[in-house]
Amino acid sequence: MLDDLYQELILDHSRHPHHYGDLPGSTHSAHGHNPLCGDELFVYLVIENARIQNIRFQGEGCAISKASASLMTDELIGKTLQEARILFQEFHELLTQEKDQFDHLVKAQALRGVREFPVRVKCATLAWHTFEAALKEQAAEITTE
Amino acid sequence: MDIAQQFPLLNRLVHGRRLVYLDTAATALKPLCVIEAERAYEQEFCANVHRGVHALSEQATREFESARSEVQHFIQAPSTQEIIFTSGTTESINLLAHSYSKAFLKPGDEIWISSLEHHSNLVPWQMAAKYYHCHLKVIPLDHVGEIPFGPTARLLAVTYASNALGVLNPLSSWIAQAKAHGMQVLIDAAQAAVHVPIDVQALGCDFLVFSGHKVYGPTGTGILWGREHLLEQMPPYQMGGDMIESVRFEDTRFAKLPAKFEAGTPNIAGVIGLGEALRWLKVQNHEALTALTQYAREQLLSVPGLRLFGDQPHKMPLWSFLLSDVHPHDISSIVDREGVAIRAGHLCAQPLMQLLGVSALVRASFGLYNTREDVDALVYALHQVRRVFRC
Repeated sequence: MLDDLYQELILDHSRHPHHYGDLPGSTHSAHGHNPLCGDELFVYLVIENARIQNIRFQGEGCAISKASASLMTDELIGKTLQEARILFQEFHELLTQEKDQFDHLVKAQALRGVREFPVRVKCATLAWHTFEAALKEQAAEITTE
Repeated sequence: MDIAQQFPLLNRLVHGRRLVYLDTAATALKPLCVIEAERAYEQEFCANVHRGVHALSEQATREFESARSEVQHFIQAPSTQEIIFTSGTTESINLLAHSYSKAFLKPGDEIWISSLEHHSNLVPWQMAAKYYHCHLKVIPLDHVGEIPFGPTARLLAVTYASNALGVLNPLSSWIAQAKAHGMQVLIDAAQAAVHVPIDVQALGCDFLVFSGHKVYGPTGTGILWGREHLLEQMPPYQMGGDMIESVRFEDTRFAKLPAKFEAGTPNIAGVIGLGEALRWLKVQNHEALTALTQYAREQLLSVPGLRLFGDQPHKMPLWSFLLSDVHPHDISSIVDREGVAIRAGHLCAQPLMQLLGVSALVRASFGLYNTREDVDALVYALHQVRRVFRC
């Protein structure tokens, strides 16, 4: 069970996260924070024509939260916002439902083991919630302009 | 009876393994006598205290007040009038931040805390400082020598021991300096009360607080001790219930100490359990725990890549550490699968984590029921972490 959670792919992503760092010229960004454990995460996006042209993240956290953020960037880059919403939905189902077949998620399925560790679900979803916040933040700005 | 046999919870399995409870600094497991004292109140003489004239209320009041005497002896307080029951350390400090501040703080005053404070002895003073236009000052980590108290320094509010590192603040030197400046002193004994004999008169402090659940008593119980003449000058914190003497629609006369600060119906079962916990605690042998802490130090240092924090000879029976670059939450999840309960995270001391340059720590804290086998189980589990993380 432990080895399902901490499989090689997860450890690799936590040690060598993809799309890690600042993203100058980002059109959307958000700060995610889990006050109970102190994990912090920033997600930066460049969105043009309703498509995620670029994405990066930065932050401190456990192997699960870092690997999840890294895998998320791999899943989301190049996708339309509509596709991103479907991916978020599938990721949510991956962690909360006994479902093993997904049409769109590719690598993030490696986080399936988190299901058996309910207290760690928040670690795995922090990046995705931060991504969602980044989209909403921009939407709010648009409505006020 | 063997001490571990007095703790029913130690018989349960966690993930199919024997429970190894190493999170006593967060809350201590409760001995059977404490559980039994709470049960007896609920089952045999449940009644409200201080108001009934019937037999049950009389018995409940007697047991409740007997717990107050137990606390008085536990901290060597001059009188039971100065012992206020609260819901815990956090409420005790919030009570002070409200009532002490209202009575004594003036704009420009300095409130001093230490770098080791957990959030409960930091945030209430931060808020009080903002509200009363005072300055919140922090004694730097590892500070030795004279503290730069200004002429308006009013209160020194410091922890006896760090919940995150287990190290002790140099209280006698600090209290002497604060007193020389005419300041009042609050000691947060949440971590220390269970391990260090407390004598408020010898310490020379003005207020002292601690929680019941860290001294093997029930959760939702706590103590505020304060010098009578200071408590007398402070306004009540909450209104209603036992804290009144007489009420007219126009005005109210408040009750004398300690009732003045005990509004509403208290946690009667909890307070009775706390009294029992203190009676239990004083007949235990604490020396084995000191030896166990040193054994744990040696065993932990044998784990490759493990780095101890707060490695000092005189400290609380706990060790905080990091293991290679594995995040504390990952460590905690893995050792939990071996039945080992430890704490991981910022330990409610985020400013201290910033000073140490870490985001989180792992903490293994020991209680009177722990054994060398428990330490060995932790070390075995840490080797599992190394296997999973290949470090």
